[in-house]
Amino acid sequence: MSSLPVTRIDARVAKLKAEGRAALVTFVTAGDPDTDTSLAILKALPGAGADIIEFGMPFSDPMAEGPPIQAADIRALAAGQTMVKTLEQVRAFRAGDNETPIVLMGYYNPIYIYGVERFVSDAKAAGVDGLIVVDLPPEEDEELCLPAIRAGISFIRLATPTSDDKRLPVLLRNSSGFVYYVSVLGVTGVKSAAAGDVATAVSRIKAHTPLPVMVGFGVKTGEQAAAIAAHADGVVVGSALVNAVRDTLVDGKATASTVKAVTNLVADLAAGVRRGRK
Amino acid sequence: MSEATPNSFRTGPDERGHFGIFGGRYVAETLMPLILELDKAYEAAKADPAFHAELKGLNATYTGRPSPLYFAERLSAHLGGAKIYLKREELNHTGSHKINNCLGQILLARRMGKTRIIAETGAGQHGVASATVCARFGYPCEVYMGATDVERQKPNVFRMQLLGAEVHPVTAGNGTLKDAMNEALRDWVTNVETTYYMIGTAAGPHPYPAMVRDFQSVIGNETREQILAVEGRLPDLIIAAVGGGSNAIGIFHPFLDDPDVRIVGVEAGGHGMNVYNGHAASLNGGKPGVLHGNRTYLLQDDDGQILEGHSISAGLDYPGIGPEHSWLNDTGRVTYVPATDQEALDAFQTLTKVEGIIPALESAHAVAEAIKRAPTMGKEEIIVVNLSGRGDKDVFTVGKILGVDL
Repeated sequence: MSSLPVTRIDARVAKLKAEGRAALVTFVTAGDPDTDTSLAILKALPGAGADIIEFGMPFSDPMAEGPPIQAADIRALAAGQTMVKTLEQVRAFRAGDNETPIVLMGYYNPIYIYGVERFVSDAKAAGVDGLIVVDLPPEEDEELCLPAIRAGISFIRLATPTSDDKRLPVLLRNSSGFVYYVSVLGVTGVKSAAAGDVATAVSRIKAHTPLPVMVGFGVKTGEQAAAIAAHADGVVVGSALVNAVRDTLVDGKATASTVKAVTNLVADLAAGVRRGRK
Repeated sequence: MSEATPNSFRTGPDERGHFGIFGGRYVAETLMPLILELDKAYEAAKADPAFHAELKGLNATYTGRPSPLYFAERLSAHLGGAKIYLKREELNHTGSHKINNCLGQILLARRMGKTRIIAETGAGQHGVASATVCARFGYPCEVYMGATDVERQKPNVFRMQLLGAEVHPVTAGNGTLKDAMNEALRDWVTNVETTYYMIGTAAGPHPYPAMVRDFQSVIGNETREQILAVEGRLPDLIIAAVGGGSNAIGIFHPFLDDPDVRIVGVEAGGHGMNVYNGHAASLNGGKPGVLHGNRTYLLQDDDGQILEGHSISAGLDYPGIGPEHSWLNDTGRVTYVPATDQEALDAFQTLTKVEGIIPALESAHAVAEAIKRAPTMGKEEIIVVNLSGRGDKDVFTVGKILGVDL
């Protein structure tokens, strides 16, 4: 493995390890509530304290999302977001930040329709570091996972409470970057897990992989982030951030407070992650 | 698109659930262990004579199988061409073919030790059949149904409630079958340890498309015996309506390797194929994509976002189709054609007046195709139409269109 070039994800993880703290991984939906505001949010995330960015590719039928991200996807699509625009936003971000990792997250169909080879090539060129595709289990690795790895993009897998010791090696086989532990059974933005359960699950996953384990689902506040950060390599927050966007909209349109609402919450979460250091 | 013709059209899917490029298992990781367990449980059930014996007994005494194959003499004379037979699935208990699948799946859920059943429904036929088998076997049942469909299929909603099921109206999207299926999948991810998801059509992640087809193949197997008994030969043409495609694959599958039997699936043509997002004909107006666990033809825009589609029939109002149909389309074994809302409505009235049989609006699409084709065929030729459901549930919808206030 040492012959692989160091990716932005690996470099960022190593840096945080040296600092002795967990990562804050933030999710926002590309194009929510509109292209310009979304890009402004994206550019403001690292300064507010985000260590790794998950950028959601909106989809009409996000089967594993709860109401907050469903609504964010609908807002983005209604504002005219497309895959081309999402990749353009990553490129624009990269022009000013060559270190913060960006992971595109979403569902397979928009990628399949864009064309897999074209997608991994354009994503790599735009500065995408990793992919999380919810409806592509390891059984379908030939679809996108292997082409992405060949293009030099990490393929990040979701581990869940149903991933037992028999299943974990299967889902970790072609994964890289980090492991995203979905800490509860359910959709995004609803339930949250108890810190004790998270600790047990993280150590179980770590028995199978050297990859860092980021934990998400249901984390809304700095307090919760601190509790999770004590037991994991990183904390993922998504629904709370897209709700922060939603709460500033007037007649569905961005306002002067939209970007600030997101960065304020990110700053609170970043402080929590730092408090929760092991 | 067409592939080399296989030796048999009846051997699919492969062990990973693929029919050519279609099918597969495109689901969230949370569900994968259960999907794999379901696959194993179904394979074990398939090999267990006791499972088949119990299902056969229920089919006979609970559903009322075999369903009759009826010679529609007046319709045939009215059209002046081929002899038309109707496979009377609408006479089944609960009023449609859906019960065939639900009985098989409830026996499987019991074998797997699940304690709660969820289902999605469009027209409400699958919801009613699911609620029925849950009442019969003593399981709690929750049904996801689009809010638009709840409105246009009220009698079936009340029927489900009488049977003890909880009906959840889904307001996401257009509030139709696609949105109901999304919401059922969200429930399943949340309650995967206790819950069995009773998918109503031959779609979704492997093994559902193959399993639902197997349970529905009783339609085609009976048809084969019945037509041989009456006519001494196989039919020239089989016609069935296709939404997700479970009644169609059920009657088609046993005939796929009989090259002299032409097979036609009828999609929902809605307002017409030239109306953007105005129909639900995935094969005639869509392209391959991935949704709800499988690769199949989908109605979608240029960016891979799924369209809602439209059909007069809630049961056909779905932007996808079972993956085996996509494969049968691309291999050319089955021909898929659209029928518009108006053609289905006309067929609904014709069959009612000429034969005294009120078909479901879904099945009326198949009847519409028979009405087009029969006059062009010889009097000795034979058509079998799968009359998949009865139309009692649709009288309010049809009344509204005809300007009758019920």
